[in-house]
Amino acid sequence: MTSPSSWQPSSSIETLRQRAQITSKIRQFFAQREVWEVETPALSHHGVTDVHLSAFKTDFLHPQAVEYCPLFLQTSPEFAMKRLLVAGSGSIFQLSKAFRNEEAGSYHNPEFSMLEWYRTDFDHWQLIDEVDALLQYTLATEPLSVLTYQNAFIQYCGFDPLEATIETVCKRACELGFELIANDEQDIDVLLQLLCCECIEPNIGREAPVALVGFPASQAALARLEPSDPRIARRFEVYFRGIELANGYHELSDSAELKQRFERDNQTRLSKGKQVMAIDPCFIEAMEAGMPECAGVALGIDRLMMLALNKSSITDVVSFAIDRA
Amino acid sequence: MANYSTNEFKAGLKIMLDGEPCNVLENEYVKPGKGQAFNRVKIRKLISGKVLEKTFRSGDSVEGADVMDTDLTYLYNDGEFYHFMNNDTFEQIAADEKAVGENVKWLVENDECTITLWNGSPIVVTPQNFVELEITETDPGLKGDTAGTGGKPATLATGAVVRVPLFVQTGEVIKVDTRSGEYVSRAQK
Repeated sequence: MTSPSSWQPSSSIETLRQRAQITSKIRQFFAQREVWEVETPALSHHGVTDVHLSAFKTDFLHPQAVEYCPLFLQTSPEFAMKRLLVAGSGSIFQLSKAFRNEEAGSYHNPEFSMLEWYRTDFDHWQLIDEVDALLQYTLATEPLSVLTYQNAFIQYCGFDPLEATIETVCKRACELGFELIANDEQDIDVLLQLLCCECIEPNIGREAPVALVGFPASQAALARLEPSDPRIARRFEVYFRGIELANGYHELSDSAELKQRFERDNQTRLSKGKQVMAIDPCFIEAMEAGMPECAGVALGIDRLMMLALNKSSITDVVSFAIDRA
Repeated sequence: MANYSTNEFKAGLKIMLDGEPCNVLENEYVKPGKGQAFNRVKIRKLISGKVLEKTFRSGDSVEGADVMDTDLTYLYNDGEFYHFMNNDTFEQIAADEKAVGENVKWLVENDECTITLWNGSPIVVTPQNFVELEITETDPGLKGDTAGTGGKPATLATGAVVRVPLFVQTGEVIKVDTRSGEYVSRAQK
């Protein structure tokens, strides 16, 4: 096959048609469960504090303003959807574009499609079951299995990630051939992420999807901690055939704790020479008003399409990848 | 030498790793949704020829390697060094046995070779893809036999041993693919 001219789509029309069918199946899935579809803004006055996310920033000139106002393209619809939950939406889903700067590769396009949904009165276990049902419905997968983060590391890396000191993790990373990073990395979570990416991800979920559960509290993101074991968070990630497909939480709604985590993110950003991100006051106020008990998950739709249609690159499943957008 | 960030790692870039110049072959971007981004980089070590994968933190920098390829004519071996000449400047350069390595068996006087220089010194000598060499010794084959019966070993002028068809005889010049070490044809007269 010759490489297509740059006006042409990155993927075939046939692939895009198949993609449309899967998208409509996803909508059916949620309609059957009475989870309704919402739309939230792609542009927001605030970006997130996540250390490893970089938002696109643009300038808005209001016709009645004299100065430009900075706006951020959303890295996920999470905060806006949680504000809807506080406002009484009940269970909701959204199929939307998310935007992340500095990300491009076989599994990354800076603009990508995300399926995010929230289930009121669900915990993370119930939501994992629902992710499993969705994958069986759209990809005809075998039932999902659960693996703890702790056991995955013991099995594939030979140490307990919840007890290990940074020295142990460094030593192990060196032994496994990652001395270039391990030699000068002070952040234990970066080392754990490295080993997860390189030694665990390629080995799990080969036949059926796997939910990795019980992430260390230091990687809780917006998940609540496990009451019986505060070393871990009620956060899960779903992997299938070497692809990280979804990330979900039993949602933390404690506004004080959330604020603390955002501030800690910003301290880490500072220590890594990254820009500090202002904390979104609307989100904090919403959390203070009280978010209902819920679990939520974000799933990469382009990656789901790659798995469904057996494609090896994200550019094969989107109409116009960034190089020709 | 300049430093290069992982963002600049493209196939063909020469970088230093473990004190050895390396050629970047592939660069893959890997990132957990909520985590640090990495680059999984496939490289070839130029001196040992070893191909390996190394993972870098995205944005990390490494020192570039001052490596360049130059086409020179092979002149002679003085017992210790192999001498090459630039046909434009007549400048000569000597490579040691280590740089020539196994490729010594494809060195034909007055043939062009690619010499890889690191900081000005030869580290790799790569012969042309095809060289023509005389057979100095091979068993006499059966008359009328053509290719396809597995052939027989033949020793060439440089000492290289290749499998040749039975009909090829001592004293003939043959064309060999230096990458695979396989017989291609009789040389065109």
